[in-house]
Formats: sequence, C-alpha cells, structure tokens
Amino acid sequence: MLEGILIGLGTALSLTNILMVIGGCLIGTFIGMLPGLGPMSIIAIMIPVAISLGDPSAALILLAGVYYGAIFGGSTSSILLNAPGVAGTVASSFDGYPMARAGKAGKALTIAAIASFAGGTIGALLLMIFAPALSSVALLFHSAEYFALMVVGLSAIAAFAGTGQVAKAILMTLLGLIMATVGEGALFNMPRFTMGVMDLQSGFSFITLAMAMFALPEALFLVMHPPKAAGSAEDGKIKDLRISRDEARQIAPVIGRQSLQGFFIGVLPGAGATIASFLGYAVERNLATKEEQAEFGKGSIKGLAAPETANNAACTGSFVPLLTLGIPGSGTTAILLGALVALNVTPGPRLMLDDPQIFWAVIISMYIGNLVLLILNLPLIPYIAKVLEVPRNYLIPFIFFFTLMGAYIGQNNATELLILVGFGFCATLLRFADYPLAPLLIGFILGSMLEDNFSRAMQLYDGLGFLLERPMTLALLVLAAVLVVLPTYRARRARLRQAGIADGD
Amino acid sequence: MTLTLTKDLTRRAVMAAASLTLATLTVATPTWAEEKIADSIHFLIPGGAGGGWDGTARGTGEALTKAGLVGTASFENMSGGGGGKAIGYLIENADSNHGTLMVNSTPIVIRSLTGVFPHNFRDLTLVAGTIGDYAAIVVGKDSSINSMSDLLAAYQANPRKTAIGGGSVPGGMDHLVAAMVMKAAGEDPTGVKYIPYDAGGKAMAALLSGEIAALSTGFSEAVDLANAGEVKIIGVTANDRVAAYESAPTMQEQGIDASFVNWRGFFAAPGLPADKLAMYEAAIAKMYDTPEWEEVRARNGWVNIHNSGADFKTFLEGQEKAIGDLMKELGFL
Repeated sequence: MLEGILIGLGTALSLTNILMVIGGCLIGTFIGMLPGLGPMSIIAIMIPVAISLGDPSAALILLAGVYYGAIFGGSTSSILLNAPGVAGTVASSFDGYPMARAGKAGKALTIAAIASFAGGTIGALLLMIFAPALSSVALLFHSAEYFALMVVGLSAIAAFAGTGQVAKAILMTLLGLIMATVGEGALFNMPRFTMGVMDLQSGFSFITLAMAMFALPEALFLVMHPPKAAGSAEDGKIKDLRISRDEARQIAPVIGRQSLQGFFIGVLPGAGATIASFLGYAVERNLATKEEQAEFGKGSIKGLAAPETANNAACTGSFVPLLTLGIPGSGTTAILLGALVALNVTPGPRLMLDDPQIFWAVIISMYIGNLVLLILNLPLIPYIAKVLEVPRNYLIPFIFFFTLMGAYIGQNNATELLILVGFGFCATLLRFADYPLAPLLIGFILGSMLEDNFSRAMQLYDGLGFLLERPMTLALLVLAAVLVVLPTYRARRARLRQAGIADGD
Repeated sequence: MTLTLTKDLTRRAVMAAASLTLATLTVATPTWAEEKIADSIHFLIPGGAGGGWDGTARGTGEALTKAGLVGTASFENMSGGGGGKAIGYLIENADSNHGTLMVNSTPIVIRSLTGVFPHNFRDLTLVAGTIGDYAAIVVGKDSSINSMSDLLAAYQANPRKTAIGGGSVPGGMDHLVAAMVMKAAGEDPTGVKYIPYDAGGKAMAALLSGEIAALSTGFSEAVDLANAGEVKIIGVTANDRVAAYESAPTMQEQGIDASFVNWRGFFAAPGLPADKLAMYEAAIAKMYDTPEWEEVRARNGWVNIHNSGADFKTFLEGQEKAIGDLMKELGFL
C-alpha cells in the first residue's frame, strides 16, 4: 500500500497536475454556485476538456478538483440564498440560511468549508485504508434494506416537528411523498397522475421544486418583510470568519461522527450524499442537548456542520463501489464512470492491480483537492458573503433571476417556469400558515427511492416477508421509529414537567 | 418525480451541459474527402445530452461532416414525454422541418404500442436504421449458473426465488427480452419474476449482491462488464456470435430460438419530398464506407445494422408485431 501511495503522490504532485487541481476547484466552485448546475452537470461539461488532456491521471485529477469545488459551491447558494442546487445540500440550508440571515454568513461559509474539508479528507483516508475490504459491504444491502434506510432518512422530518408542529410536519411529508409519485417511474410502464400533460411525464424535477419551496418564498418574504433592524445583513459581521474556541469544541465531535457515518452511507450504491446529509442532520439533532436542539433549524452550527460533513464524506465513500466494483453509486459517479471508460480505464476489481498509478492518483488527488479548496476558499469567503450586502432592490431581482434560471437550465423547458411560479405561490401561502416546507422536500426527494425499493422487496419476497427474513431491515426500521418517537416523547415529557411546575406554583 | 433522483439528476446534468454547449452547436467541416451530398442536417434528439440517442445523433453528425458528405450538422435536444414531445413537434411543424432528422430507437415501437405517446413510426418518414445493439443475459462472476440451461434449471427448481432484473420498466425492453428468451425456452413468460431497476449501476449491484439471479441488459454494456471481470455472459440474442466478444454463446446455439436487436435510426418529418429523402438515404449509405464513421463506430462499440427505406419499414413492422404479440401475452396490452 505504501508503495501505491508513493506512486500516487508522485503522479499527483507534478506541476501540471497541481495546476489541474487548482483550476478544477476554481471552475467547480464558481459554476457550482449556480443552482441548477450541480457537481454532475459541471463534471459532464468538463469531461470533453478532461478527455482531451489524454493522460487519464491528469484528467481524473482535474475532474476530482471540479467535483469538490462544485460541492462547496453548491453549499454556498444553499447558505446565502436558501437556494439549494442539488439534493445533497438541502439539509445545509436548514441551519446555514438562518445563520446567514442572522448576519453570520461568513461564519456559516467557514463552517461549511471546514466541515467539507474534514468530511472529504477523513473520507479519503477511510477510502485508502478500507476500499478493498468495503467492496463486500456495498453488496450487503438489498432492496429491503434500502427501503428501510429511506425510512430512516425520512425520520429527519422529526427535526421540524419539535415545536408542536408534529401534525403539520407529517402532513407536509405526505404531500411530498405524493408529489414524488407523479410521472413515469421505474416500476410501472404507465405514467401516473400526469393528467395527460406531457411535460409531467418525467415527474416534477427536484430543482424546480427546491426553488419553489425554498428560494422563491424566501425572496417574496424579503419583499414583504424588510429586515427591521441592523440585526441582519448590514452590520459588517457577515465578513467575520472567526469561529470561537467554544464553537470549535461543539462541532468537532459532530464532524468526527458524521465523517464516519457519511462515508459508510456513501459506500452503499444508491444511498449517497442526500441520504447521508438528512441522516446526519437527524442523528446529530437527537444527540444534541435540549438547548442545542432548540437551535436546530434556527441557525445551529451543529445543524450546519453535520450535513456538510456527511455529504462530503459520502461523496468520497461513493468511490468505493465505483473503483472496486465498477458500480456507480450516484449520478455523479455514473458520469465519472463514463469518463473513465472513455479514457480506457475500466474500474472494477482489477483496477488496483492493472493500473495502480491511476487508482492511487485518484485517492491522493482527493486529499490535494480538499486541501486546495480550503486554501483557495477561505480567503474568498468574505467576497462571496458580500453577495448579501448587495442592496435589497438589486439582490431580490437577482434571486428571482437565479431561481428561474436554475429551474429552466435543468430541463430547457419553459413549462418548468410555470410549475415553479405556481408551486412557489402555494409554498408562500403555506409559509404564511406556518407549515414547514422542508419536510415536503425531504418526502419528495426520498419518495421515489422509498417506493421503488419497497415495491422491489415486495416482489422479491412475494409480500412483506422481507421484514422478518432480513434482520437488518427490521433493525433499521426500529432505528427509524426511535429517531421519530424519542424526540417527540422527550418534548412531551418536558412540556408535562413544565406544566407540573406551573401547577405546583 | 417517479424517476429516481439519480436518474433525474443525471438528466438534469446532461441537459445543463447541453445548454452550455449551445454556443458550439454547429460543427464545421475541416476536410472534403467525399463529394458533398447535403449542405446541412439538423439533428433533433428526443432526449437529453449524454444519452444513447444523443450519442448516436452527434456521432453520426460528426462522421457525416468530417467525411465531407454533409456540409454542417446542428443538434437540438428536446426531451419530454419519453421522446413523445419531439415526435409531436416534428409532426406539427412538418413543413418547416425538411432539413431535420430525428434519432430514435426500439422504444418508439414499444411506447407507441403502450400508448405513452399518440403517434407511431408510420406518422413519420422513415429514413434509415443505422446501428444496433443485441441484448444479453448475464450472471455474476461467482454465480453457479454458467449457461442458459443452468438458469432454466434454477428457474424450474424455484421460480419465485429466481428473479431476473433489468434496467427498464416492466413491459420495457429488458423485460421483453427476458420474457422472449424464457418463452422460446419453453417456459411461461408471465411466470418469470422480473425486477425493474432505474439505472444500470443499481441493477449490477443487485446482481452481485445476489438479490437477482440474472440480469437482462444490452450486449455492449454486458461486454464492458465482462471485460471488467464482473459478469459472465450466458446468452446473446444475436443469430451468430459477435466479434466484439467471441466467447459469449448465442441463444440460438443453446437451442433457444430468440433473436432481438435494439436498433437506432433516423426519421424525418411526414411529407418529406422524395428527392430530399433520397439525399439523406444516400448520405447515410455512403457514410458506412468512410474511415470517419469507422472511428466513431469503434469508439462507441456500435454494431452496423443498416436498414434503408423499404427494408427499414419491413423491419419495424416485424418488430412491432413480435413485441406487440409478446406484450399482449404478458398482459401489457
């Protein structure tokens, strides 16, 4: 292994390859900030450039840089504008955006950068040590377990049900699950609930819905409720990057746990960064103390660090099935697989033996990519955060433009704009009625995977037999129940105790 | 969204890539090796950039222009309705689209049978089928199954635990191939447990994890997987062994009379003038002899299966009947 690391270092540390990493990170960060252009799109755009380099190692190093840059760039729009461009950064907006609204944009971006760095680096370390051994773990999960894992992911909604809004959060989740059924799925050869509209045949697109649920209502609220005092964007704090020693102590264990958890979820083909970020959010909220729990959803640094760490660690984890089995576990790795094949590299069990320099160069370039990203971006954060200092009469039209463009660019289809505005209007009404919108999006994102895997398990076992025949499925479902019931129970007991004290007075 | 997220994101990604490359839509010709047959062709692609249709159209355009058969080629991605949107567009705007060729493939037959879109290939002008891919049944490298007869024995021993997976919906191409093969082997095709996956990678993971016993997939994809040491190809739906992977046995030689080709080809707007049709047919026919086409073909691992004019119509009608009969038997029609 040591020999391999040295080969990888030798390859990755050449001048051209370092320039590739730096260029890739910069391109990735800037394009990644545009919603609608997630890591996958950017990698797809960069593949012809990478292939024209001719050298597989240099090409992969460039793409790895683009990948990391894009993930970080995506978090930026989530945090600053509440406009998550990819599903993996939705959870980052839950606490990142409230922090930015509270004038702590610089700090939020710094936490995101550090958490991403740590998640990616620890993930790469785990990848290096355990990749060959983990290839069998990737195959432990059958459809039944994936179904159970999606249920665990859904338990993240409990985070939004804390303040006596259990019924509302569940209602919104169900609405999201229902919306996920629209269109032509993997399981039926007939489109469902399209009402004959051809544009709905592929279902609602994630990006349109994310913009409609988060970014558009937010921009409308900014129009209707101008910030009252200087408490928000204008007091100069937004450029402040510093994290206090106390805050560092708070997020360190979160980053440690979520690096591991995120990595292992990423190893499972098909689970990926989105599930990892939701699960990370849910688990950390459950582990937090009661005072910290109240902060979740309102700008908790733990609530931001958890999904940011987890989604980066999961991205690295998804390289395990790609490199060792040739199985792309996510959309991004599927595109990378295409690039590898075009470069005459066949990922699979033989990659490590046949082309060790490529295998190790990819892993080493992950470290370098992460490091370069941190070094490049920390100085840039004050400038990126300045977006929020743009006067509101310029900023709000900009957000509208950004939102509409994000929805259009994904599909090249003007109907998406109508859907966006329609849903955006409904979402604004729901916000007036104090319904949380995040559970809707979580339900929508997880809904189709939940349904597909459930139906497959039902077909394979001719019914619900898989619940008993596959113990891991049952264990995961029990975990999900605990994650949902425990916080509700604790909140209820706390309320009762308070009531009791009041009675005693 | 009932496509899974991954698929949705992939499509979104490639579409985004497409929109950014709008500026480079037109490919100019560097050389004039052949006599120019057409000034320009506009390729209409009913799906996003990066998919099979897209690769076929762009590869064909590249070969035609580089070989000098066509002056310039432009490309337009119009996804929606599983390809139905582009077909509808071509029919509604037929008069202004005499310079347009639309790429399509086997799903146009399947989807017009199921009524996913209201038109079928007869509503368009048939230009030519150009390339194809056979289908294959594969098993994991460590599987105890080594041939179709092993798979049939396992199926007969325990039909409910011998599931065959594929990357298409039930009633889609991978399912039809699996059913066709089992039927030709003397089994009841409705009894075969077919498990659909939404992406090739997930179906592969399911195969290697033992969730499914065998996988129905495209031959070129199967060859890639076999070369990577992941799977064994136990049957190909070609009539003779395919040069790209000689050791894969055909269904025919194992006594299973099943053959299937997933073709790709080009269509033009209805009412296309005969001289224009002849021009496109000639350009495509000449393309096969050029080194530029050979380069594109080899790079993508395509198999030349050229059906022009009346032959294309006969071929499509034959496939429509075979698939329609099978779908009726399976209860999808």
